[in-house]
Amino acid sequence: MIRPLACAAALLAVAACGRSDPRLDQTGPQPDLPGIRQTLLPPMRIAKPIGWGDEVPTAPAGYTVSALATDLQIPRQMLVLPNGDILVAEGRGGGAPALRPKDVIAGVIKKKGNTSVDSGNRITLLRDANNDGRPEVRTVFIDDLNAPYGLAFVDGYLYVANQDELVRFPYREGQTRITAAPERVTRLPSQINHHWTKSLTASADGQTLYVGIGSNSNVGERGLNVEEERAVVWAVDRLTGARRTVATGIRNPTALSIEPTTGALWAVVNERDEIGPQLVPDYLTSVREGAFYGWPYSYWGQNVDPRVRPQKPGLVASAVRPDYALGSHVAALGLSFARDGGFGGTFTEGAFVGQHGSWNRQDLAGYKVVWVPFSGGRPSGPPVDFLTGFLTEDGRARGRPVGVAFDPVRRILLVADDLSNTVWRVAPATNATGGSVAAPAR
Amino acid sequence: MTPVRMIGSAVHGILLAFPTALFPAALVTDIAYLRTAQIQWSNFSAWLIAGGLVFCGLVLAWGLVALLLDWRGDRRRRRLIYPAALALLFVLGLLNAFKHSQDAWSSVGAFGLFLSVLCTLLALVAAALAYGRFLDREVVR
Repeated sequence: MIRPLACAAALLAVAACGRSDPRLDQTGPQPDLPGIRQTLLPPMRIAKPIGWGDEVPTAPAGYTVSALATDLQIPRQMLVLPNGDILVAEGRGGGAPALRPKDVIAGVIKKKGNTSVDSGNRITLLRDANNDGRPEVRTVFIDDLNAPYGLAFVDGYLYVANQDELVRFPYREGQTRITAAPERVTRLPSQINHHWTKSLTASADGQTLYVGIGSNSNVGERGLNVEEERAVVWAVDRLTGARRTVATGIRNPTALSIEPTTGALWAVVNERDEIGPQLVPDYLTSVREGAFYGWPYSYWGQNVDPRVRPQKPGLVASAVRPDYALGSHVAALGLSFARDGGFGGTFTEGAFVGQHGSWNRQDLAGYKVVWVPFSGGRPSGPPVDFLTGFLTEDGRARGRPVGVAFDPVRRILLVADDLSNTVWRVAPATNATGGSVAAPAR
Repeated sequence: MTPVRMIGSAVHGILLAFPTALFPAALVTDIAYLRTAQIQWSNFSAWLIAGGLVFCGLVLAWGLVALLLDWRGDRRRRRLIYPAALALLFVLGLLNAFKHSQDAWSSVGAFGLFLSVLCTLLALVAAALAYGRFLDREVVR
């Protein structure tokens, strides 16, 4: 009797201090940053998955939402090919070994918030030529990949960022299946692979491929010797595979995209955990040449993280502040800029950001797709919810958004949902057949 | 001593040997981490504390059962000291396990070292009480 009581008391004492202050504004270029709050147990809340049933995500008035594809195997990032075919990278990587009892326990807990489907390790092709939201063709485009994530298409080649290497496949327009062996462009850092996703985009001129490589730990707790060429963005020469490091200290750049009016490289980045429910905001930033974004020594510029020893004050002094905060622990995983006028109106110039959702705070955050308005190639206002309904009123998860892809030709937004294993299609109501809210195609 | 008591005494001694060794070992690896910032030392500490905690829990349960079985025996208050020490060790060990689950330097830091010192002292006190038979022999059967 004494033991369970003592346990419960200790748990309450250490876990109850995880409340958020709703008055803090943690989005935009100048987020409010509270002081560091470390607790013996981190505040943890996993939204229990319940699926969508007959529901669909909620878009602004005047838009319809329907399921373009269901029963995928962990859809993450997507790419629209020049002929309009949609590619969906499916899979789960990682498998970093547990080093401490904590790794074992946290792994079990976090698993409860994710799908139990096996990793697809493939790319699925969806063809919806008449844009009615019902694909005429669905094929396994490329199989036997190793946790594919980032996708890019340049000049007859499809580039795929597996969790351990960047490969390419020759592609002829109209192909629905590629059986050719992958051709390696370059190996990617893959030891341990704590943050395994390798994001990818091509430069505006197509000559350079940018690869986002996440850190190998939350904040260096696996030792800093395993962080060589982690938490960086690489520029890879498309033809030779030669690479250089563009930016460092950028903890987990989960999606990269080129801003269409300036041609600049932008990224969404997931920041560190376990120093409070409102630290540190994930962010959207232009990736500046040679910039150091602080990880692991500091966050949001020069705010020192006391957990990292030995400290590096000289390096911290050089840390730059990101451009735009998205909120703490929202887990931004998707980034796609509106092009060619976007949806018009509010959604003309800016970026869609998919937020997978939090575990490290009691008040769930993220679990939606937001719109960040831009003007002149820079963020120009507070984020606006674009696609919601991923959480129920009582905090259970119907789905979790990952990659987003705006298709300027069909004027649709695609959203990958790796909890319900669905790709959602959001279109202006006039754009869809029937004009009413379409039921999910199941 | 009956054979059952001899076996019981041996099992109890073996169980108690783990927290007696593991908590002080965790103190040593904590010091090694704070001196070197080599994270593997902290990883060792985390496992040593977890192991010490598991066996501390078992031996605490043993002590409580022994106490209850002999509730009517004399010198009751004195015989409470041993399970009380183990219970305190268990609570502090649990806090220390949580502390060591924090990341990087925070996995030890000043507070982790402090908790490891307390756990080490308590483990040694519990071991001295049991192995030294300072208290009623019945407790340690």
